[in-house]
Amino acid sequence: MTTMKITCNGETKEINQGITLISFIKDLDLNPDNVVAECDGTIIKRDKYDTLVLTEGNVLELIRFVGGG
Amino acid sequence: MIKVNEQTVPYQEGTRIKDLVETHKAGADIFIINGFPASPDTLLADGDTCCLIRRGEVPTAGEMESLLVARHTPGLHEVVKKAVVGIMGLGGLGTVVAGALARIGIGKLILADFDVVEPSNLNRQQYTISQLGMKKTNALKENLLQMNPYVAIETFDELLSEESIPEVFDTVDVLAECFDDPAMKAAALSSVLTNMPGIGYVGASGVAGYGDNNSIKTQKIRKNIYIIGDNVSAAEPGQGLMAPRVGIAAHHQANQILRILLEED
Repeated sequence: MTTMKITCNGETKEINQGITLISFIKDLDLNPDNVVAECDGTIIKRDKYDTLVLTEGNVLELIRFVGGG
Repeated sequence: MIKVNEQTVPYQEGTRIKDLVETHKAGADIFIINGFPASPDTLLADGDTCCLIRRGEVPTAGEMESLLVARHTPGLHEVVKKAVVGIMGLGGLGTVVAGALARIGIGKLILADFDVVEPSNLNRQQYTISQLGMKKTNALKENLLQMNPYVAIETFDELLSEESIPEVFDTVDVLAECFDDPAMKAAALSSVLTNMPGIGYVGASGVAGYGDNNSIKTQKIRKNIYIIGDNVSAAEPGQGLMAPRVGIAAHHQANQILRILLEED
């Protein structure tokens, strides 16, 4: 499978082409419901995580929350 | 000129603060000059701000304001009393953030929570036994008005959502995210970044347990947007939420809200 490079929270990551945002988040062992995602400067709505396919050079910022307050 | 309980009066050399009792506050027995307690015999200087108080008496709004002004850094109160702050979630974080802001004389608080006070809340949330079963919005409002009766308070007692947040809090200068549920924390930040450009935002993540005090950090995400906590200490079986550490995070939040209002970002 062909790979590509993206940047996530400042780090370069090599990932498989065609991967969706939700798969990428799950592969990091994070619960997508608890994550705010910004891709190339745009905040991605939660209901788009399943369909957004990452592409070469994307710059992702993920902010993950844990419970308690 | 000097200021005496909100009034500006001419300065006369040689005046001691006790000389103002008869004309400004009969029976006053507590004297504050420029924010600090003073003895009755203290000589006044031109430009001093004086508060005369009768011990045990509830101050009027004007007196309360002058007391707050006197206790704060000059210029701060002018900003704080105009500020509107929204608080989402009135638990261990929200009740403490609200209390700290009420005590510094914030202009208006918008308090939002759908829940009622339960016994399990009392280990960290600023409610009392007599308030069990009350809506949190009403219980907290009651408590805040005991701390400072001159804070304007609005309440919203329905479940918040990503869609409703911009509507409910459309007038705020700063929004405090004090939710328990991590999905709501994420939804709130997403909503604000998308729909409410320009407001301040102070959220929290990682406040459970009794880990190192100094692992609670104030992290800047972008201009006027902050997340407080250690990012990892989730509330989960084996790691409870307790008043001390939640309180540390809540006061980080309150101080950061003040810093945003004062444009110290």
